[in-house]
Amino acid sequence: MSALLVQAAPEVLSAPDTAWMLVATALVLLMTPALALFYGGLVRAKNALNTMMMSIAALGVVGLVWALVGYSLAFAPGPEWIGGMQHLFLRGVGLDAKGSIPQLLFMAYQGTFAIITAALISGAVAERMRFSAYILFIALWAVLVYAPVAHWVWGGGWLGRAGVLDYAGGTVVHVNAAAAALAVAMVLRPRRDYGRQALLPHNVPYVLLGAALLWFGWFGFNAGSALGANSAAVLAFVNTFLAPMATLVVWMGLDITRTGKATAVGAATGIVVGLVAVTPAAGFVSPASAIAIGALAAAPSYFAILWRARTSLDDALDVVAAHGVGGATGALLTGVFATVAWGGTDGLLAGSVGQLGKQLLGLAVVAVYSGAATFVLIKAVSAAMPLRSAVRAEATGLDITEHGEEAYTRGEGTVLVLPLTAAEPAPSLQSALEGSA
Amino acid sequence: MKLIVAIVRPERANEVLEALFRAEVRGLTVSRVRGHGGEVEPVETYRGTTVKMELHEKVRLEIGVSDHFVEPTVRAILDSARTGEVGDGKIFVLPVERVYRIRTGDTDEMAVTPPIPAAD
Repeated sequence: MSALLVQAAPEVLSAPDTAWMLVATALVLLMTPALALFYGGLVRAKNALNTMMMSIAALGVVGLVWALVGYSLAFAPGPEWIGGMQHLFLRGVGLDAKGSIPQLLFMAYQGTFAIITAALISGAVAERMRFSAYILFIALWAVLVYAPVAHWVWGGGWLGRAGVLDYAGGTVVHVNAAAAALAVAMVLRPRRDYGRQALLPHNVPYVLLGAALLWFGWFGFNAGSALGANSAAVLAFVNTFLAPMATLVVWMGLDITRTGKATAVGAATGIVVGLVAVTPAAGFVSPASAIAIGALAAAPSYFAILWRARTSLDDALDVVAAHGVGGATGALLTGVFATVAWGGTDGLLAGSVGQLGKQLLGLAVVAVYSGAATFVLIKAVSAAMPLRSAVRAEATGLDITEHGEEAYTRGEGTVLVLPLTAAEPAPSLQSALEGSA
Repeated sequence: MKLIVAIVRPERANEVLEALFRAEVRGLTVSRVRGHGGEVEPVETYRGTTVKMELHEKVRLEIGVSDHFVEPTVRAILDSARTGEVGDGKIFVLPVERVYRIRTGDTDEMAVTPPIPAAD
């Protein structure tokens, strides 16, 4: 949703636009459970529920924080650097037109972006962060980092005015989440087994299902950013259709060239990287350019993932390589391929060098602000409570220690504690042992 | 020859394997098992149902060794599997009547120990 589109649209409600945006909001909301599957499949079985809960919890925590505080700070009229307070607690957010859809719907649609952006960070802290510390962190992060950045680019703030093009959130969502992920992963330090044991995905079919559902939801993310059922939505939709195809093909080609085999985890990652890369460009470039962006985005993220695994940076699920590198590649390529003819402003190929500079500015500002503010925030949270789970808990797995559940329990050796409705409880192994002692 | 059966914590299994390979124990079988060793029982809740998990995930190693390998093997497992808390597991050393290596038909010591034992 370029600031241009928001401002240019007539303030009259449109039924078709409203219908499409209702669907788009539901589509983007689905991306967060899809991310839960994607991330959940990539971790070990003993942390599957914890990892999935980090995404699911964001639906509740960040969604509420957004409605009560974040929306106002991002989208209420205000100064260049932060939105106003007039929409706190949804005051004044009603069925009046915002563009051509009710403002209430606009608030909900934007809320789904805040939710998934916060949830994306969880990939960097997987398998070692205490759940309560994570909850506190994402609640504060949505207000202190996401809302201002969304305001700068989309809410009438200074980056949008400076002409930074970010159609659906390459910078606001992906670079923002990745810079935060980098800061949190560094503060949290690596998992205790990192670099000593192979930490393998426990369910690759989940990863594929997650990637597929992310793609499905991403049509709402990018085409919904047109904020109406219009030709811009069609362009963004088709670009979201084409770009990941190109990334997927190139990714498999890189896999085959390097090891002789196309991997499924690689294919899932390639799809996500393609989606990330086309996000800032979706409504500004031709479909042919979207294919080029998708193809060009594969290699940087591919090699960033290979390189990251050899470092001491335990960004467990490669948020930085997929979303940071992919988002940055997409944002810069937007400055290369954008044209007025397809709804953007002219980029490098259309003869304007300046746009590339603006894209670089947007990237750098968001990455630096998000990285620095997140660093301060996570340090503050660590002053209030421990960030890391205990050594023992990390070894046992966070599903049992943080949630008191297992993803794949077989029920063998379980003794019913509650509810006990039988007159006489079955003797347990423990009580039998105590009795014989 | 002896059959060494060790039950260890899954989270120590990699350390145990490393220690065994360092002790030059090469042939072994590993399985995931569930067992009870008197450790604290975690409580889990699924909707209205609360349960105590009496059986814990364990890793069971079976290693056939010749007599002079028993001591280093047991030592390697003891050192690598111990955390000091209840539930670290057990090691059983059992007598073995016959051992055959299927590929060659070798029997007994020849079947469990490399033909030329380490010089030391």
